[in-house]
Amino acid sequence: MDLFDLLLEPLSYDFMVRAIVTTALAAVVCAVLSCWLVLIGWSLMGDAVSHAVLPGVVLAYIVGAPFALGALVFALIAVTLIGVVRNTSRVKEDAAIGIVFTSLFALGLVLISVTPSQTDLNHIIFGNLLGVSVPDLIQVLVLGVVTFAILVLKRRDLTLYAFDPTHAHAIGLSPKRLGALLLGLLALTSVVALQTVGVVLVVAMLIIPGATAYLLTDRFSRMLVIAPVISAVCSIAGIYFSYYLDTASGAMVVLTQGAAFAAVYLFSPRQGLIGTRLAMARRRKAAALAA
Amino acid sequence: MSNPAILVENVTVHYGEVLALDAASLTVEAARICGLVGMNGSGKSTLFKAIMGMVKPDAGRVLINGESPAKARKKGGIGYVPQSEDVDWQFPLSVRDVVMMGRYGHQGFTRRASRADRDAVDLALDRVELSEFASRQIGQLSGGQKKRAFVARGIAQGATMMLLDEPFAGVDKRSEATMTRLLKELAADGCTILISTHDLHALPQLCDEAVLLMRKVLMHGPPEVVLQPEHLAMAFGLDVLNRDLPEQPGVPERPDVANQPGRN
Repeated sequence: MDLFDLLLEPLSYDFMVRAIVTTALAAVVCAVLSCWLVLIGWSLMGDAVSHAVLPGVVLAYIVGAPFALGALVFALIAVTLIGVVRNTSRVKEDAAIGIVFTSLFALGLVLISVTPSQTDLNHIIFGNLLGVSVPDLIQVLVLGVVTFAILVLKRRDLTLYAFDPTHAHAIGLSPKRLGALLLGLLALTSVVALQTVGVVLVVAMLIIPGATAYLLTDRFSRMLVIAPVISAVCSIAGIYFSYYLDTASGAMVVLTQGAAFAAVYLFSPRQGLIGTRLAMARRRKAAALAA
Repeated sequence: MSNPAILVENVTVHYGEVLALDAASLTVEAARICGLVGMNGSGKSTLFKAIMGMVKPDAGRVLINGESPAKARKKGGIGYVPQSEDVDWQFPLSVRDVVMMGRYGHQGFTRRASRADRDAVDLALDRVELSEFASRQIGQLSGGQKKRAFVARGIAQGATMMLLDEPFAGVDKRSEATMTRLLKELAADGCTILISTHDLHALPQLCDEAVLLMRKVLMHGPPEVVLQPEHLAMAFGLDVLNRDLPEQPGVPERPDVANQPGRN
């Protein structure tokens, strides 16, 4: 069996095709968003919102509403609660985030445990990539495309917000509204990625691609291309690994992204731990030869 | 046009229990360069925020060219040069990218740059002598060049008023002279300039007027009068004869951190 067959064989199963499409889409949307999250320093916020949407998704399931609606409502509740706890007590922000999102996540788990047809809902926690149904795929597709479009159209405003919110204010934009937009898109993206890797691992897709791209370039516009490309490639590779190694698919996707980050961290010519030293050694050698 | 460029009238601002500005009043006419002097925690940043409309005064009012700060912001007339500590210098943006952000108020929904925007950015970069560094990442500029990049952003924006927060911190003598010349040119073109600083060396050459701030405006006049040691002593309450305020014992580095809402 040659490489071509290795790549094609899984595609003969419909469920694998759906898994790959869903993952690639979620990977791209998450990766684009992650560029702003890592630069603003909102990684913990990404962690919080992606966990805190769980009760919203479960409640939406119970009443038959769209998952995205429940997720948005609970993302809003989480952000509000974090703000209230931080501003009205002596508890610092990181602790406030920790308290709120774990409590909401636990609420979601409790709701799952009392809701009949538990099997379906448990998939939300760890993802169920291989069980993506056609309606699931359509929901992810619609949400993913809408989120992606807003992110791309508003990318310059979001970058301005990340870099200098005071200037945004000074030229008549509303930093508050831009922050709220980013949080709302974060909630939607969490729903997109739930299906793929599950609530617990969404945060990986929301941080690793942006951080990896950040080590590779000094241009934000390039980060916005590098991050989704790396993320999509790693995610699809992860699915193939999980197919042939017979391992958990969502976890394998995250593991592949983590490995890509490690490689860049070590070997990036700009920032890499080993890469920069190799480049320096090469320069020294060239200088010695020239002398 | 008899309205002053900046009118601050009896503005009082509290952060929780802390009184940051106490009925401060200040009038600056158009095309003047005004230096705002006071120690950390004297309300310099709060006054800036009130002028930009980032904090709502508990009492009093602010007018920019006779209009509310919100209207002035929408018109794009207010340029802001942040102090160095407030900027993430690792941010992956080029000097040109940063200056282009000055044009966002003039652009459409997606902030797509037009020919006119690119021309305005090139002109602004040229004016601050940074054209050759346009594609550098902003962190890879010297202290003075960094400040000038943000001034260029204000120029590209077409700001008629510029607020500069500590423009001389971490700037060498030569860059300081370049900056002084640049700001004087801008003022000659009609731009009103307000500078907050505790570096008093640069003020007499640069400013048309100086303001001593200690929660309220203690004094407002020509810099050579306002910066007399006996007057400075009112604002700093200390021996300031050596004119080297940041290193003074007893002046905490950043007492205003404790005043920020949401921190305890």
